[in-house]
Amino acid sequence: MALAAHDLALAYEGKPIIEGLNLAIPAGKITVLVGPNGCGKSTLLKGLGRLLKPKQGTVYLDGSSIFKLPTKLVAQQLGLLPQGPTAPEGLTVTELIAQGRYPYQSWLQQWSEEDEKKVNAALEITSLTSFAHRPIDSLSGGQRQRAWIAMTLAQDTPVLLLDEPTTFLDLAHQIEVLDLLYDLNQQEGRTIIMVLHELNQAGRYGDRMIAMKAGKVYAQGSPREVMTEPLVKDIFGLDCRVVEDPVSGTPLCIPMGRKSDR
Amino acid sequence: MNNPLRSKRSQADRPESSQTPSQWWVWRSRHLSLRFDRRVPQVLMGVLLVTLATMIWSISQGEYPVPPLAVVRTILGLPTDNPNYIFVVNTLRLPRTLVAWGVGVALAMAGTLTQGITRNPLAAPDIIGINAGAALAAVSLIVVFPSVPISLLPVAAFGGALSVAMLIYGVAWHGGSSPVRLILIGIGFSLIASALTELMLTFGDINDVSQALVWLAGSVYGRSWAQVLAFFPWLGLFGLCSLRLSRELNALQLGDDLALGLGSQLEWQRGGLLLCSVALAGSAVATAGNIGFVGLMAPHMARQLVGPSHAGLLPTAALIGGLVVVAADLIGRLLFAPIELPCGIITAVIGAPYFLYLLIRSRR
Repeated sequence: MALAAHDLALAYEGKPIIEGLNLAIPAGKITVLVGPNGCGKSTLLKGLGRLLKPKQGTVYLDGSSIFKLPTKLVAQQLGLLPQGPTAPEGLTVTELIAQGRYPYQSWLQQWSEEDEKKVNAALEITSLTSFAHRPIDSLSGGQRQRAWIAMTLAQDTPVLLLDEPTTFLDLAHQIEVLDLLYDLNQQEGRTIIMVLHELNQAGRYGDRMIAMKAGKVYAQGSPREVMTEPLVKDIFGLDCRVVEDPVSGTPLCIPMGRKSDR
Repeated sequence: MNNPLRSKRSQADRPESSQTPSQWWVWRSRHLSLRFDRRVPQVLMGVLLVTLATMIWSISQGEYPVPPLAVVRTILGLPTDNPNYIFVVNTLRLPRTLVAWGVGVALAMAGTLTQGITRNPLAAPDIIGINAGAALAAVSLIVVFPSVPISLLPVAAFGGALSVAMLIYGVAWHGGSSPVRLILIGIGFSLIASALTELMLTFGDINDVSQALVWLAGSVYGRSWAQVLAFFPWLGLFGLCSLRLSRELNALQLGDDLALGLGSQLEWQRGGLLLCSVALAGSAVATAGNIGFVGLMAPHMARQLVGPSHAGLLPTAALIGGLVVVAADLIGRLLFAPIELPCGIITAVIGAPYFLYLLIRSRR
């Protein structure tokens, strides 16, 4: 298990969101969190990434409590990309990616050869090498998101947590980002845990799917097991048909809606 | 996988034609590795040279003119043809210019830190209420206790700055201080402190008030070696602390979640940086009154020159701030000579439009 939550209770600004949650995230897989707005999936992701101190219970990273480990050590194991991050004006792509090396740096070692190597590798993987010295604010939405992912790659962690990495992107760029994450998982065996809004993308890219409702894990398993018509009705309150995706063979949810009679 | 998407991407991603091989100047040895933006050394050297020239020019000007070369010789302790120069240059004018420079450096560093901590390009110590707190404390002292010796003014100003900062931080700390909350609370305190200061001025004795107004305008008039000796240790100590912590600012700037995710000790670092900022701003206000807009302008000018990475930004902003106040003091003395304008008025005349420009630009 890469990450596990035990009897986890999380509150956000004093309001309890999650209580008594147990969860195990397998290493080397893509796990996708889905659920309606406000179901606590982003809160859970923050809890797993030790951004929120739990009211109760704990999170285990490779068997040890994440809150007992030194935070820089955790940062060498677990990379985290929150939703809609913003960079300071004028920051270049390389400068941003270099920030990913923060957990490895000290006052005396601010830019080792290893740092440089990892940053260049991250530029390469995300196809951003030719944009290395461009300011982040001059990039397109998809390039920008790739730069942020590159930063977490430079962090060189076996586990990646991402909160809706495809928001604000058009469809082509959404697929571009998901493909990149898929490649990282396949080629480097990185464990990826992400919140996705789009159920069909979650169904296609996720090895495992965790469906949440009202702060609780409602169902978990392979997308085929989880993404069913009754479940979509239960957690989203939406009537739908689930068919096989003609491209990937994964489940595809087609909402009924009012305009559904032929 | 095949890829219509990928080929489309490479079209959209066409790079700019000219690319510099590296934007960084890197230095590595066995136990040490550093990097700076390439532009930093040149810019620092350039600003320093201009500052030295301006200082010499500034010292040579006045009721008793001293030729620039004689200024340099006198400061270096070399003989000149006029024995009066030693008193005029070393006793009267050099400490004044040094105080102006130090105050500018301190205000600019404080501004860079607060802008970094709050992730708000408009946040300077005068905006989040630190300078207003210092001014309120000093004016209260002048108006309410006119009999108290004037030498207590700096102490009161520093105490005022510190207590406002602690109030801001105490209130904003609750539930983990978010940048927006910090700024809003700071603006609130700033308004309250300014209103109370106005109230003091309205009800105070006319003689005390006019004395307070001179101090409020911000001036380095009549500053001597005593001020230099009292102020520079603060500047040195907290300036070095700020430089030491500047690396953390780069992580904080990405947002709380990312900074925490990267393993930064967020609350401690933010607290330390805020303390440095308050100490620098408070001691500057204590030494020369409220010289506004330097903390706002200098970081922006520095960012234009060396980019937003703090390792280079902080020293660059500091030197620019020093230059701005030295130049403002010189301009204030030359403009309507022999009448002197406080340098705080000069920085406000330049700074206020600049603030509006930043405001308009940030709305786009």
